Amino acid sequence: MKSDVISMEKILTVTIDYRRYLSTSEIAAIEHEVSIMETREAAGIEALKIIQEHRGWVSDDSLFAIADLLNMPEAELEGVATFYNLIYRQAVGQFVIHLCDSVACHLTGYEQIYQTIKAHLGIDYGQTTVDGKFTFLTNVCLGGCDKAPSMMIGKHHYQYLTPESVVDILDILTKQESEHD
Amino acid sequence: MTEVIRPLTQLVNLESPLSLGDYISEGGYQGASKALHEYTPQQVLDLVSSSGLKGRGGAGFPTGMKWGCVPMYAGDDDNAPQFKYLVANADEMEPGTFKDRYLLEGVPHQLIEAMIIASYTIAANRGYIFLRGEYHLAAMRLQQAIDEAYQKNWLGKNIQGTQFSFDLYVHTSAGRYICGEETALINALEGRRATPRAKPPFPQMSGLFGKPTVVNNVETLSNLPHILKHGVEWYKALSPDSDPGTKIYAACGRVKRPGLWELPMGTTIRDILYQHAGGMADGLKLRGLLPGGASTDFLLPEHLDTPMDFDSISRAGSRLGTGGLIVLDNKSCPVAMVLNLIKFFAQESCGWCTPCRDGTPWAVEVLTRIENGAGRKEDLDTLHNLCDFMWLGKTHCALAPGAVEPLKSALRYFLDDFEQHIAHGCCSYKPNTTQQTKLKGHCHG
Repeated sequence: MKSDVISMEKILTVTIDYRRYLSTSEIAAIEHEVSIMETREAAGIEALKIIQEHRGWVSDDSLFAIADLLNMPEAELEGVATFYNLIYRQAVGQFVIHLCDSVACHLTGYEQIYQTIKAHLGIDYGQTTVDGKFTFLTNVCLGGCDKAPSMMIGKHHYQYLTPESVVDILDILTKQESEHD
Repeated sequence: MTEVIRPLTQLVNLESPLSLGDYISEGGYQGASKALHEYTPQQVLDLVSSSGLKGRGGAGFPTGMKWGCVPMYAGDDDNAPQFKYLVANADEMEPGTFKDRYLLEGVPHQLIEAMIIASYTIAANRGYIFLRGEYHLAAMRLQQAIDEAYQKNWLGKNIQGTQFSFDLYVHTSAGRYICGEETALINALEGRRATPRAKPPFPQMSGLFGKPTVVNNVETLSNLPHILKHGVEWYKALSPDSDPGTKIYAACGRVKRPGLWELPMGTTIRDILYQHAGGMADGLKLRGLLPGGASTDFLLPEHLDTPMDFDSISRAGSRLGTGGLIVLDNKSCPVAMVLNLIKFFAQESCGWCTPCRDGTPWAVEVLTRIENGAGRKEDLDTLHNLCDFMWLGKTHCALAPGAVEPLKSALRYFLDDFEQHIAHGCCSYKPNTTQQTKLKGHCHG
């Protein structure tokens, strides 16, 4: 039947040849992770992180390309990718704010920090500012409980947050071109 | 030589951790050297067993016993697997816990030395440090230290001229609490969804990639160089308690000086909270505390003189867990605190077994209702039933029972608060702002 042929084509089109899609340096970094593991798919989570480091997030096409490189089912890799908080399966802003919402921060002023960020940027959890600058997400305990409240943006942890200091941090980042400035 | 009383943290430098050379000149790698040159693996195992070291990750399982189950093979045995594994569990995500971060960022070579000793004992030839993804600084410092250790032949082939070889890698995770459960961690390292595995088989027999594997917590491992270097008698003398050695205790919440301190095992809660953390912040009174992270039962002011060791805290009705106090003051709502804790467990449930996947969000729903003033009388029965449905033996792993511990104990110790929320239709700890609560007149800020 004709409809069957069409659906087969749809399935086939999602295979992405990693050699055409991934860069040489991305492939080299992933292959290094493969070399310290007994199986190729064991490098899956590191591979997702490498691609995210290069491209900001993990698109469907990236996921298919990684699955091709690691010789594993796409669905299995998707199961891994969506299991983790720090793998972004949607496009994110230039800076991703991970605000700790666990118990030590809850007891020491989390709610105020949350309300401040929400009001200052005009976005709630899961949203990105219109200018593509910030995405706002939660994080479980960042291990900064003695310096709470705490948040992580990129690779940097910010601690002892107050409503004033969090606004300063966001304003400085707004002026910044990239995470590494 | 000055007396060493804080072995794990004495060389910590958070600004700039010791290089390999400096670590050695401060007495580092002597424990590993002694193990490799003077002892057989069996002798190290006996030493660690007799030291009485117990796991510091939460469960408190004797380390020597864990290692003792690893199958050992003669050099010419054809049945020997190609790899045996040692994994350092550095996936520190228990709310209220930040001790491993301190060791990882402050003295990375101590963990590497410890892993050389542990891997030599169980004849593991490959190791991973399973590090939570958020600890970027620790990842960088560990990798630097590992590179140095390879250059100076403390890792790699024929370490320090011996027959022993060991490769060590850092694996950074991507943010999921359940990866701290040792069989979930193994699944995560294999690149699978990190759901816990059924036991048996135990990881020591069939773990990572089906090979013998030992998973130890970072703080547990960090004891090893010192036990080797100073001996069992010294180690036992560190603590006046039945549990030997030191423990890194911590305190967070609204206390004067939140922080962490390496103290003799069995230091009382009172000493930690009042002497080291400076007591409650101004104007606040102690209401209760979780002694060892989010998944432990509340204790009350009447328990302050309990020694923080495995048995004493158990007898008081809780668990030592990770040894990090989470302190509840009299101006914070116990219902809101428990709601925050259970939300965490609901979010971090892997979804594998029904009691946890359905039970934790159900508890969140009921607690949210109560906290928001829409609680019903029968809600307390529902919460009690959920505590039963999610208890040990009814779930696939310890996550849901861990969630039950603060909930069940809060229902016992702070029942008045739950009942008042329901009876008055509001939370009396919230500022008195809404018209509804003004009308009812029960709830004051």
